[in-house]
Amino acid sequence: MKRPLSAANASTKLSTRRGFLLKSMAVGAALPISALAPTQAAHAIGESFPDWMKTPGQAVNEYGSVARYEKHITRVKAQDTAQTQLFSVWHSPIQNQPSIITPNGLHFTVSHNGVPNIDPEQHFLKIHGLVDKPIKIDMNTLQRYPMVSPIHFLECAGNSASNAVSLSALDLSVQALTGQVSGAQYTGVPLKYLLKEAGVKTAGKWVIAEGADGGSHARSIPLSKLLDDAFIALYQNGERLRPEQGYPMRLLIPGWEGNANVKWLHRLEVTDKPAYTKDESGLYSDILASGKIKRFSFHMDVKSVITQPSGKMQLPAQKGFYEISGLAWSGYGKIKQVEVSIDEGKNWSIATLHGPVLSKSLTRFSIPWQWDGKERVILSRATDELGHVQPTRRQWREQYASYSFNHFNAIQAWAVNSQGTVENYYV
Amino acid sequence: MCNAIEGEMHNFQSNLLKHLKAISTAYVVLFIIGSVSLPAHSQDLDINLAQPLLKSEIHDIDITIFPDGKNLPVGQGSVIEGQLLYKNQCQMCHGENGIEGPAARLAGTDGWFSFSDPLRILRIEKYPVLLISVGSLWPYATSIFDYIRRAMPHYAPKSLSDNDSYALTAYILNLNDIVNDTYILDKDTILTIEMPAQKRSELDVQ
Repeated sequence: MKRPLSAANASTKLSTRRGFLLKSMAVGAALPISALAPTQAAHAIGESFPDWMKTPGQAVNEYGSVARYEKHITRVKAQDTAQTQLFSVWHSPIQNQPSIITPNGLHFTVSHNGVPNIDPEQHFLKIHGLVDKPIKIDMNTLQRYPMVSPIHFLECAGNSASNAVSLSALDLSVQALTGQVSGAQYTGVPLKYLLKEAGVKTAGKWVIAEGADGGSHARSIPLSKLLDDAFIALYQNGERLRPEQGYPMRLLIPGWEGNANVKWLHRLEVTDKPAYTKDESGLYSDILASGKIKRFSFHMDVKSVITQPSGKMQLPAQKGFYEISGLAWSGYGKIKQVEVSIDEGKNWSIATLHGPVLSKSLTRFSIPWQWDGKERVILSRATDELGHVQPTRRQWREQYASYSFNHFNAIQAWAVNSQGTVENYYV
Repeated sequence: MCNAIEGEMHNFQSNLLKHLKAISTAYVVLFIIGSVSLPAHSQDLDINLAQPLLKSEIHDIDITIFPDGKNLPVGQGSVIEGQLLYKNQCQMCHGENGIEGPAARLAGTDGWFSFSDPLRILRIEKYPVLLISVGSLWPYATSIFDYIRRAMPHYAPKSLSDNDSYALTAYILNLNDIVNDTYILDKDTILTIEMPAQKRSELDVQ
């Protein structure tokens, strides 16, 4: 859509310049050669410059926005989920994110009962259950606690679900297929300080974390993880959490499935056992090939996806130089290596990892590619520092029931045809 | 003369004492300033900024029901009562039989096919989350009661009474052929319910 527009601009510019040339030629013809230079000197230089170099710019707003030409880059609603106004799933445009940080307004978001409008003045974090001293902390007081600022990815357990269950590879963009993942720098208060202040009793092994939304979303989390690296996030990428990300505070459990990172957090109940809440009873369990149901499978496994080029894209030329690039992440630690193949996985080359390479964070990778214009199937395979390797789709599906869709981390393949069209593909 | 000398000595002594005092005070001050180093971040930090959470405050928010019956309220509800509530408040999202969607499938098996629902494959194509069902995946009936009471109906969460929540839980169990049409559910009978998924559960806490 933009291309014809700029073409029209170019032709306008051309005709303006032609007018200018004709004018100066006419002037030149009427005057002796010696007089030509002063005439040019008297002419304003503006005509050879675009409008934005010949007018004062606009004033700045109180809160900045993206360039008007970039407004088409937005979240999109999931296509494969039953959508009601209240249960909504929105995907990040990761094809437009050559970075480990997702802008706050584009961060993926899933809510099971809408986004609550919480007044921070009336919001408390309450800790009770198997503790010596039940406590509550208001938002202003919470700001006085020690804070950490790590960079982490968040991913929905159901990310890439359609590739897990659809028998044929759906012709969708990487945003539609795998956009339930984002990265951000969070700032917040480690749980260990808060739990220590309440004094967890020795019988305490689990914590039921509950949000202050309409559905009182709740998850049972093992205490050991909360005491390890979990924290209460108050800030995301340098500003307070957005409402759809849990304002005024959320649980941040690095590397664990999005649903457990309880948004709008208001209550932590220390217990000796899990509660088997709605989401740990059904939607966020994994059904194994044996028919058994795997519960509390919190870790997000090692995964990578090529975002450039990716599904629904059209390569601009029939052959030539391209850089293949994408994102990799693991809920267990750092990404150690990403390999890329352009022949359906027969041969692999090691991609460059672009730092910082951080634990439980998105990591950007890229590798140069001279496309010969032939049909190609391109894929990426990530390995994390603990040695976990991304499985093939077939390997992944062997473990699970044919309709189980959570924690799908198999290798994503894109087929590039000779016309330069890129499509989702199963290998 | 002696007095004068003594006087001077006294002055000298008291001046010396004054000086010594001043010097030692300075040293003490210096010592204190010098020793004021900040602690490192550790779990042993003595923060203590929180307020106590009172018993009455806990009572108001302590809504989580556990599989062992902890926090179950007094009350009861029948399948018949649940059916009426369901028709009025739930059916528009969950469908007439609890299987049609678009909201979560409440009854029947999980997976692609079901003899009791010949349209299953078409429904799933429209709403893929109907691949899984409450009746087949949820291991404890207490979780159904808990979720209905805290979150249902979607458009008016926390509007149902404890009796209503018992009745609706009973109706969902009945839709799954787990209890009969005349069943009455309460805080004791709910603990006797054995959900089919209990045998299939495998914990995976790393």
